Amino acid sequence: MAEIENRKKVSPEEEHPRKAVGLAAKDSSGVLSPFNFSRRNNGDNDVTIKILYCGICHTDLHVIRNEWKNAIYPVVPGHEIVGVVTEIGSNVQKFKVGDKAGVGCLVGSCHSCGGCENDLENYCSKMILTYNSIDIDGTITYGGYSDLIVVREHFVVKFPESLAMDKGAPLLCAGITVYNPMKTFSLDEPGKHLGVVGLGGLGHVAVKFGKAFGMKVTVISTSLNKKDEAIKTLGADAFIVSSDPQQMQAAMGTMDGIINTVSAKHDIVSLIFLLKIQGKMIMVGVPDRPLELPTFPLIMGGRILAGSSIGGLKQTQEMIDFAGKHNITADIELIKADYVNEALNRLAKGDVRYRFVIDVGNTLTPA
Amino acid sequence: MQSEREEREREIGGKSFGWVARMSTSISTSSAGKERKAFGWAARDADGVLSPFSFHVRANGEEDITLKILYCGICHTDLHIIKNDWGNASYPVVPGHEITGIVTEVGQNVQKFKIGDKAGVGYMVGSCNDCGNCKEGYENYCPKVIQTSNGVQQDGKATYGGFADILVVNEAFAVNLPENMPLDKTGPLLCAGVTVYTPLRRFGLNEPGKHLGVVGLGGLGHLAVKFGKAFGLKVTVISTSSSKKKEAIERLGADSFLVSSDNDQMKAAMGSLDGIIDTVSAHHAITPLILLLKTYGKLVLVGGPNKPLELMAYSVIQGGKIVAGSLIGGIRDTQEMVNFAAEHNVAADVEVVPMDYANAAFERLAKGDVRYRFVIDVANTLT
Repeated sequence: MAEIENRKKVSPEEEHPRKAVGLAAKDSSGVLSPFNFSRRNNGDNDVTIKILYCGICHTDLHVIRNEWKNAIYPVVPGHEIVGVVTEIGSNVQKFKVGDKAGVGCLVGSCHSCGGCENDLENYCSKMILTYNSIDIDGTITYGGYSDLIVVREHFVVKFPESLAMDKGAPLLCAGITVYNPMKTFSLDEPGKHLGVVGLGGLGHVAVKFGKAFGMKVTVISTSLNKKDEAIKTLGADAFIVSSDPQQMQAAMGTMDGIINTVSAKHDIVSLIFLLKIQGKMIMVGVPDRPLELPTFPLIMGGRILAGSSIGGLKQTQEMIDFAGKHNITADIELIKADYVNEALNRLAKGDVRYRFVIDVGNTLTPA
Repeated sequence: MQSEREEREREIGGKSFGWVARMSTSISTSSAGKERKAFGWAARDADGVLSPFSFHVRANGEEDITLKILYCGICHTDLHIIKNDWGNASYPVVPGHEITGIVTEVGQNVQKFKIGDKAGVGYMVGSCNDCGNCKEGYENYCPKVIQTSNGVQQDGKATYGGFADILVVNEAFAVNLPENMPLDKTGPLLCAGVTVYTPLRRFGLNEPGKHLGVVGLGGLGHLAVKFGKAFGLKVTVISTSSSKKKEAIERLGADSFLVSSDNDQMKAAMGSLDGIIDTVSAHHAITPLILLLKTYGKLVLVGGPNKPLELMAYSVIQGGKIVAGSLIGGIRDTQEMVNFAAEHNVAADVEVVPMDYANAAFERLAKGDVRYRFVIDVANTLT
């Protein structure tokens, strides 16, 4: 924490050589306001990206409001970043100036642990997050609600030409977060039956990937009013209301796997019973209160409950290439930078179909 | 229908042979003859007190073998059943599903056994043979699995377990026991052994050098330690008290011992285990166990706590960890496990007792007072 103490003596504007502007939360009210700061010079292994779009992830909300008690203010959130490369370092191989590029949740890792060596930088104990994390030089990382970002090449993905940049931005976090467990647990095979719990940023992308994999997809939700769009707009095959015992009972033992995106405390007992023998439920939402885990359906059916957190860089590139090939993007509401606080309030109430994306390139202005 | 036919067989007596023989060719697994007398000990009600009990087993069918039972292990599940803890006891219950014995009769289609062979029977004596689970060798997960004890056969009759002199079973649900296996110490492998062996295999916790945690040092736990060592794993026993440390390390060969109530020890061990076999059937905290796992590590529940356990989602999400359940194993798993045990000299630590000690044994088992499995010396003491 000495680095943080030292850092306070140097203003964010003077920390690094290059000027940058962004939106930052200054305290746990989580209210964002214009913020002038700075970025490092482009190093040999770095790529500088002019940010055009940045998605708003629920994690941004948790962090800026200090709900996880780990905020280092001022926080510039944002880890669903898409833009254009404006500068490359001398060692950079994958990019040239003008390329479309994306940055997700990670901007650094140790490169030497078991996680990193297996392309699982997302599980590196020393990973550096895109924002609210401590970088190699001891400074705090600032995220994508800003006009530019300098990132080590390893942590930048090539963004497919064919994909819309605004609608593709949420894939950098929401997309990889559901793609990873679907691949890891073989929930990507035609004919298999996938359940998706929760129809928000993560859930709606899981439905789209599931259909692209040729699976049967059932959405499980507390709100009946999402049924029409689940089926007509997103292409789900079926929709179950989780609070309806008859519907849940009828679906027992029918699913090969479930991606559970819900971050509120909820009942997982009835969800586990939806799984076939040896079926798997993967938690990607993070309730911060204990869940009740029933052991009988796990033991009697050899079932699995697992967790998954984003994905490594190799898989993130694979995911975005897959999305490019199958034309999969998020359903978004594009907003101006000055709407961001209202958007965050609406997100807290789940009032968005299904991701806000900030039109950074056109609407972010200096403080 | 079936029972009526058998009634008629008894009535007809000597003339039954020709009639029944024609019937049996059209029903491939039917009994070709009369039921036989059997004798065992049964619980009559939820007091769970066992006493002598005469009953009948089916005649040896074409695909059946008859086992003279020599030994039968006592599993904690037997205790739950006889006391009707799960509300599913169908009295009278003859418990016992860790059965070893000698084959005394083989049906004409039997391939795997001949008279005089050593054989073992575990938790199941039948399944539907038609569902996806059965076809893949997961009879243990067949929705129509028939339990060895307190089960219901296809003809509606009750199944009686290994606290008895004989058992008639379809050969598909019996395993060959290699000659060198001590039958008294082998019985527990057929339930406890396969219950820990199967998830060790399924989840890759059988590769030399990996680090396995075992929670609970009872019938299941002590075998998990032994199989773990036989696989070349580093094994850490995790227990609520340090009282079992000496035996874990000196008697069972565990490499280390972790007291789960000691925060410092638990913190130091975070992220060190490839997998954990959790055998504890009492309600307990699993989030601290999950934190002991490495990335992609697996916590496998084989004990069956009655009430839901508390899970903090972050503990599985960070590190992509898995919590799984596992229930015994299929027949293929069981035979493989037995062969492995024979090759590596893995046997249970048992206390062999006479049949009339069974009630006292159950009382001691309820208090965890056994190192680590009671086995009933059926053949020598069942009277």
